[in-house]
Amino acid sequence: MILIDREKCDLCGTCVSVCPEDCIELAETYLQINDEVCTKCELCVRICPVQALASRKDGSAE
Amino acid sequence: MKEEYDIVVVGGGPAGSTAARFAAQGGASVALFEKDREIGIPVRCAEAAGLDHLSEFIPLDSQWIAQEFDRIKLVSPAGKEVKMLSPAKGAILHRRLFDHALALEAAKAGVRIHTKSYVHKVEFQADGPQTLYVKQFGEDKKVRAGMVIAADGVESRIARFAGIRTQTALKDIESCAQMLVSNIDVEASQIEFYFSERWAPGGYAWVFPKGENSANIGLGVNGAKAGPTSAMDYLKEFLAEFYPNAVALTTVAGGVPVSKCLSTLATDGLLIVGDAARQVNPVTGGGIAASLTSGRLAGIVASKAFEKRDYSAASLKEYENVWNRSHGKDYVRMYRVKEWITKLTDKDLDDLAANLQGIPAEKLTLLKLFKTAIRNKPSLLLDVIKLFAQFS
Repeated sequence: MILIDREKCDLCGTCVSVCPEDCIELAETYLQINDEVCTKCELCVRICPVQALASRKDGSAE
Repeated sequence: MKEEYDIVVVGGGPAGSTAARFAAQGGASVALFEKDREIGIPVRCAEAAGLDHLSEFIPLDSQWIAQEFDRIKLVSPAGKEVKMLSPAKGAILHRRLFDHALALEAAKAGVRIHTKSYVHKVEFQADGPQTLYVKQFGEDKKVRAGMVIAADGVESRIARFAGIRTQTALKDIESCAQMLVSNIDVEASQIEFYFSERWAPGGYAWVFPKGENSANIGLGVNGAKAGPTSAMDYLKEFLAEFYPNAVALTTVAGGVPVSKCLSTLATDGLLIVGDAARQVNPVTGGGIAASLTSGRLAGIVASKAFEKRDYSAASLKEYENVWNRSHGKDYVRMYRVKEWITKLTDKDLDDLAANLQGIPAEKLTLLKLFKTAIRNKPSLLLDVIKLFAQFS
């Protein structure tokens, strides 16, 4: 799953625009990733301007 | 809050406010929903714009003009400086106040503006009405509208609800960071661009002054070149090198589309404008001009659709057709130029700067600059002439 570091996230929405699965949503002041749809392509991790996103391979909870 | 409108605009930036204003001018009931608490913030923008173009849309006002500029400085990777006069009278804005002013124009035209109102889902129907699900101060509301104008920015999702693919490829987006810094010395009437793999791979760093002691300093890294170093990390390195005493008063991150515009800009019950439609100059990353132009055009077409009570794709396609006819070709040309620019190496850029350095600022035009730049790429000559001949 993709982990969100909420203290780093600036809520800019750049990740939303690159997501091929449309599984990221910037709901006003809360970034949400739908893990059931996410394919872990990590495009969002690469584009994030502040490194607020990271991929966790073992699938354990945030 | 009313639960039925003729036209609903999602997003209260320049594209949304302008679209709403023109949509309301034929008597339609128009609502604008802005997800944030305030129109105009956060300011995710370097805030530069051409004043002549702005004045077509709103009377110029010193309240939201932070700093005018008439000169441009380009700095190559090795530090060679190329100076030119600005091709148009430009300004760095106070975007928060500028956006307030545009929203006020919309309100004067009768638009009902709702802040802290997040549209989280839209159910589109070919025959209408469209159903919008809005969270407003924690309350769930259902709103019906004849049509929707999506002005919901780079993080746009509204168009996706209508089945339009909006995903941007990594090479077509810049990952950006910016600080409004103070305690520096800058030439107030000059904007500066720094090109280098070291500072901003596949993009550039900018210094846009707001007075003599503060500036928007930021940079964009092309998504295809984005790696373990984030845009914010690059920005900290840039500031440490050039402005070690800078004090950051604001820090923001953001994404700037440098793609082609969406090919579908209109469908049943929907128009898409501004960053949401990827209507951004892909060479500069500037989006204010395109947002105002597309917003006005979409508003006028929406207003006509209201007169006919026909919000079908056939009725709304006029927006897409006029945009493509009057602006689309230039955006395609700019995209080709951008595709080529992002391939330039630091050595290419230093060679170009060396070739241009002897030219005095008042003699150097954008046409001359780009003609020199593409001397090894003649296939772009026509694009460059079409785009920049007006600046010769």
